[in-house]
Amino acid sequence: KSQQNNNNYNLLNPFEETRGAKMVALTAEKQDHNLLSRMAAGDGHGENSAYFDGWKAYEENPFHPIDRPDGVIQMGLAENQLCGDLMRKWVLEHPEASICTAEGVNQFSDIAIFQDYHGLPEFRQAVAKFMEKTRNNKVKFDPDRIVMSGGATGAHETVAFCLANPGDGFLVPTPYYPGFDRDLRWRTGVNLVPVTCHSSNGFKITVEALDAAYENARVPVKGLLITNPSNPLGTTLDRDCLKSLVKFTNDKGIHLIADEIYAATTFGESEFISVAEVIEEIPDCNRDLIHIVYSLSKDMGLPGLRIGIIYSYNNRVVQIARKMSSFGLVSSQTQHLIAKMLSDKDFVDEFIRKSKLRLAERHAELTTGLDGLGIGWLKAGAGLFIWMDLRNLLKTATFDSEMELWRVIVHKVKLNVSPGGSCHCHEPGWFRVCFANMDHQTMETALERIRVFTSQIEEESLKLTKQMAKKKKCWQSSLRLSFKDTRRFEEGFFSPHSPVPPSPLVRAQI
Amino acid sequence: MGILSRKATCNTHGQDSSYFLGWEEYEKNPYDEVKNPDGIIQMGLAENQLSFDLIESWLAKNPEAANFEREGQSIFRELALFQDYHGLPSFKNAMADFMSENRGNRVSFDPKKLVLTAGATSANETLMFCLADPGDAFLLPTPYYPGFDRDLKWRTGVEIVPIQCTSANGFRITKSALEEAYKQAQKLNLKVKGVLITNPSNPLGTTTTRTELNRLLDFVSRKNIHLISDEIYSGTVFTSTGFISVLEVLKEKKLENTDVSKRVHIVYSLSKDLGLPGFRVGVIYSNDDIVVAAATKMSSFGLISSQTQYLLSALLSDKNFTKNYLKENQIRLKNRHDKLVSGLEAVGIECLKSNAGLFCWVDMRHLLRSNTFEAEIELWKKIVYEVKLNISPGSSCHCNEPGWFRVCFANMSEETLKVALIRLKMFVDGPSSTTRSQSEHQRLKTLTKMKVSNWVLRLSFQDREPEER
Repeated sequence: KSQQNNNNYNLLNPFEETRGAKMVALTAEKQDHNLLSRMAAGDGHGENSAYFDGWKAYEENPFHPIDRPDGVIQMGLAENQLCGDLMRKWVLEHPEASICTAEGVNQFSDIAIFQDYHGLPEFRQAVAKFMEKTRNNKVKFDPDRIVMSGGATGAHETVAFCLANPGDGFLVPTPYYPGFDRDLRWRTGVNLVPVTCHSSNGFKITVEALDAAYENARVPVKGLLITNPSNPLGTTLDRDCLKSLVKFTNDKGIHLIADEIYAATTFGESEFISVAEVIEEIPDCNRDLIHIVYSLSKDMGLPGLRIGIIYSYNNRVVQIARKMSSFGLVSSQTQHLIAKMLSDKDFVDEFIRKSKLRLAERHAELTTGLDGLGIGWLKAGAGLFIWMDLRNLLKTATFDSEMELWRVIVHKVKLNVSPGGSCHCHEPGWFRVCFANMDHQTMETALERIRVFTSQIEEESLKLTKQMAKKKKCWQSSLRLSFKDTRRFEEGFFSPHSPVPPSPLVRAQI
Repeated sequence: MGILSRKATCNTHGQDSSYFLGWEEYEKNPYDEVKNPDGIIQMGLAENQLSFDLIESWLAKNPEAANFEREGQSIFRELALFQDYHGLPSFKNAMADFMSENRGNRVSFDPKKLVLTAGATSANETLMFCLADPGDAFLLPTPYYPGFDRDLKWRTGVEIVPIQCTSANGFRITKSALEEAYKQAQKLNLKVKGVLITNPSNPLGTTTTRTELNRLLDFVSRKNIHLISDEIYSGTVFTSTGFISVLEVLKEKKLENTDVSKRVHIVYSLSKDLGLPGFRVGVIYSNDDIVVAAATKMSSFGLISSQTQYLLSALLSDKNFTKNYLKENQIRLKNRHDKLVSGLEAVGIECLKSNAGLFCWVDMRHLLRSNTFEAEIELWKKIVYEVKLNISPGSSCHCNEPGWFRVCFANMSEETLKVALIRLKMFVDGPSSTTRSQSEHQRLKTLTKMKVSNWVLRLSFQDREPEER
């Protein structure tokens, strides 16, 4: 089923899927459900996927170093929790940034009534400056082009509403962030057309792949959506590749949407080049086709504050997206806080610097550990995760095998990681493993569990080798996993909880 | 532009209407008692600016909540990471209690049936996505809030068919008007999915009567459709003949846990009662599990900022505060309402008798040159450009009779209201424009000393979008 899903999932008109689901709903449920929309009755929200199994396992038994040392460690949540201390310190030292404290309450009523969808000017200016800073000041952003949205989630949906009609399609390189299936398609009726990328060239996006996807698309293609730095790969696009993407989309007269949500998560030698920089080098670029989606959820680790940004070079899109932002404005209280915070140049410089250092450290910790165990991972220099290569642990090179391996990792090794199939990866055996949402001890525990897991596999394979040697057969490189009591879960079990549970690092008492 | 979607190029966002043009005029020339005493006074903005001091003094007394602290520890980090679309449990509990309190605890709200959204704007759109397919229709009594044209129709593809209400019976919803609207939808080949009412009404300022609510429940029951009750103004009721929520009537008719109760949905927000539109706090309340589940997932597109949820959960959990606030807020609203009504009466202008809201529904039919909408717009332009008051013409609210205007009173100081009434008096009495501004200036001089704290501070923007309702 997962294999089928992988091949056909993206090309189906979402209304087809929901119609199918509606049939089930009608026959199984009461007449009343006929009264709801197809959208509400269907599963275009994507949460009936078997991949929510991992979240469920985590929620039922979350790891805690003292209370639950055998719990599931959350490595499926791409959050940046490494600099929360810096953030908290700043907030405590700047009571005037809050409209509730004695120092800030004189602004309470002005901010509380402020619902202008243009947003607070100081907020837009501060965000524009921050975006410039995270692109090494190589490019300028115009605060008047900054449009708010309900997180990047809201931004993507709004951009889809602006650029495409129901039934149209966006090209998306695989593997991609699973949330796109919902954000871009659910309520908009837009389709996603995968652009297949292969491990053979490090999952780079090639013009050949783009052409093939464009030519073979069964729906009118309206744009290309890239995530740079990539989720789930963690790779950044080089200048030439970016230029070729701009040229490709310009030539076809389609939009280029660059999700740059991980802009400031580069570490080490890696350089992030924004599409904003590249278009300056293409003199006849049609800028009406260029749009950026951004957010402070990853770079600053503030997903709870719902700060999404649409930055478009197309004036009409700015106008319309701004009107649509009424459906998901950033709380004025938050705008005010962020305006103050991001205007503090010293704080921002220090934060970005320290964040990158800590990300690099944590990344190195994980990858050094994996290197020691002979586990491969895609070389990349950004993001809050690594793209781990477990192809050699698959029984067969199929998504069913990947699913089986994943279930072992979740239930036996007790690590919630994201299987490549959930990201629409073309090849089975890859897993996204997050590292920035845990402390050092938890990381060590996770690595220890992986070590134990791999040594168990080695033992098994040694046994197998002996058996095979007796029969004088060649030792197969694919290993058999024979863990007992692998739990079976029903496909499509609907998790009652949000796919984004409260963060594991800090168990909130809130 | 061929490269954009149809939604991007159409006009369904509704911003080309006269309603918004008045805004633009105001933005160009906004009234300020000192800096621009001849500017346009904003009376088209349904905001509640009368009770901020109550919230501010609560903040002063509750530094822990104000500082994102709990038991001396900063919980900013937890809040920064909290993005669960189920919402902060303490906030939902507090909200459910607050909503119950607003209805005199005659009904109680279950936090598990609450969905948090980015303002009522988002709540209404989300309900459309959940209850209707593109091309379906919802019936709305006229006059209605102009923003519904955008919120209910724009991105959802849903149509609005009006239920015509007239001044002949105080704009009450009649059985025949309901049937007529339904027939009209059928003529247009539109499948009717439900009725949406605003109770208390915007722009009328009246609460829906028990008779009307019974009528509506019978109607939706017979037609097997939904009923959405937008109760955003529920906390602005200022008379003792209070507000009756549709949930109360369901309870009275012993219809709880029936099929029809699953088709009744409430929308609420803190933008009007608490005067916090900037915080984007909206709520959907439904007895239908599937609606709650679907709407909760859809709320991902517009979650409430966690820091805002936290602040408000502390504020609304303080029962002393909420009790006192609701009472005091109502007193102030009534006071201001009465001043506007008596001021208008003094110049021979009647208002629809109202008991709620942040505005009056003003009858200026006798000032029309002719009983037409052209005459209404003509009168409106005079009021905006000559009298320098931005009020909302009834046609922008889809009223089917010309001559009615919505005039807001809760978004300005008492002194500004006085100035507005003086200007209106002059307009009605008919002196020349020079005499008008002279006596106005004299009046200003004789006004008693004003407290700075009464002044509404305005932030000026270009092309400001009126988010108000």
